[in-house]
Amino acid sequence: MAGATTQLGPHASFPNEASAGARLAVRDVSKTYDTDGASVEALKGCSIEVEAGAFVAIVGPSGCGKSTLLNMIAGFDTVSGGEIYMDGRLVAAPGLPPRAGPDRVVVFQNGALFPWKTVLENVSYGPVRQRTLTRKQAENKAVELLRACKLDAVAGAYPAQLSSGMQRRVEIARALMNEPRVLLLDEPFRAMDSVSKTTMHRHLLDMYRISRKTILFITHDLEEAIYLADSVIVMTTRPAMIKLVISVKLQRPRHPRILFSREYLELKREAAESVHEEARKAFERGEREQA
Amino acid sequence: MRKTTAPSSKLSSRQPPRLAALTFPAFRLHTWRVNWRGAVSVGGFLLLWELLVRFGGGGFEGIPTLAQVLSTFWNKYLTSDRYWQSWLVSFERVGYGFSLAQLLGIPLGLLLGTRRVFHEVVYPLVELLRPIPPLAWVPLSILFWPTAELSIIFITFIGPFFIIVINVHDAVRSLRKEHLWLARSLGATRGYAFRRIILPALIPSIAVGMTLGIAVSWNVVIAAEMIASDVGLGRLTWEGYVSHTATTVIVGMISIGLAGYLSALVVSYAERRLMPWHKVT
Repeated sequence: MAGATTQLGPHASFPNEASAGARLAVRDVSKTYDTDGASVEALKGCSIEVEAGAFVAIVGPSGCGKSTLLNMIAGFDTVSGGEIYMDGRLVAAPGLPPRAGPDRVVVFQNGALFPWKTVLENVSYGPVRQRTLTRKQAENKAVELLRACKLDAVAGAYPAQLSSGMQRRVEIARALMNEPRVLLLDEPFRAMDSVSKTTMHRHLLDMYRISRKTILFITHDLEEAIYLADSVIVMTTRPAMIKLVISVKLQRPRHPRILFSREYLELKREAAESVHEEARKAFERGEREQA
Repeated sequence: MRKTTAPSSKLSSRQPPRLAALTFPAFRLHTWRVNWRGAVSVGGFLLLWELLVRFGGGGFEGIPTLAQVLSTFWNKYLTSDRYWQSWLVSFERVGYGFSLAQLLGIPLGLLLGTRRVFHEVVYPLVELLRPIPPLAWVPLSILFWPTAELSIIFITFIGPFFIIVINVHDAVRSLRKEHLWLARSLGATRGYAFRRIILPALIPSIAVGMTLGIAVSWNVVIAAEMIASDVGLGRLTWEGYVSHTATTVIVGMISIGLAGYLSALVVSYAERRLMPWHKVT
């Protein structure tokens, strides 16, 4: 992928190559919830191999179990079956207690900035808690990072004082501050208007270009997925299974003008057709009825 | 390489961060401003009272006028040591009761919200005791506590206690798990996450409990001070009632209203200090 192999020198405020993206392997992972005796299958036999530094989008209908998958990778939830590896290291398997870590940080749909902390305190939180930096060092690094993200003007503000787009940018900065090897984004731009969304896309692509993280991006918006990602994984309704993997061979760095290019439109048309084809097949097989 | 030179050259000329200069412009000190509309409404209410009693007739006939109350206050209470001592004593009782309610109610609410078994055992009891009016506790309180003062504090405690318990309990149950998850994934230990994530997240609900609770503490002050006490604003009002002195009752009512208002100001000041992220305008 163009994005994964673009050579960029170490950036002053971004981690160097050593801490860039990790390889992520999800092997035959399933998730079953037991609530009041009834077991609900949320995810079934899901296998994804993500190259180091790749940008992968997962698309699926709302409530299909995409977030469940993300929470299992993040170490917030247990897996019922299968294994998850990061750079060959086992991070999740049945019976293993879920363990979250700063190497895979999530940016949530509704945002999870600590409202009682300022932007600067939120961003410097990780390294201070992990004791990898002193508070002073962490704050200096956070200021640098905020400056690189053009957020330095709001460093002293509380999250509630910022627009939702700005909050999400701070959250991405907070995640990057920990030099994660995988960045997990759970529909981060869901509630935004299309103009802010476009701005956020550019920001995220910039961050991706500079930081070279592995990114797993969950969305229900196929166009967004194609515009941002190297490959797009389409999932079915509950129990979520992988229906289709679309490889996006658009050049990086990506610019909004791509959205009007013939390549993009062609890709979008093909993707939409196959997604609709899958949806139609699913409909005919009555799969939605199980949901 | 061309792409990276621009941002890194910008960062290489960086200066030490000036945090003071980074403060968000909207974050300014709260400036005190006279609420003229509020003053007019209070004045209007007093005027209406005077006019209704003078010209309203009917049920208003037996009620003293504002002028009568003011003159009673002027002649009987303004220079009375006992009256001003009542203020102090009542403030002290309400202060003790209210503070105890916070000290015991917040941990109880936390336990109820976080421990399942504890919740199953204790919550029904809380729900049973909660609707009992503080006034109903008075006889048992007198029997149980060795001194009248302790009984009084118990009554001013029991009023706000259940309010704070329920508020904290509900707040724990509606905590956003994402905050805890994130804190854990960013390196916080379990204990740290509890102290520094759950507690700040609960402060807004604790504040609501405090705002409601302080008012209830004053609500029950008459019930509390009926218990063998010679001073106190509640006692003053009670004495006015048993001696059929309506002007004294009204002096007591207004005094309790003012005392409650002052306490609410203190509580809301404390809340602003506790939650600088709330309403920063």
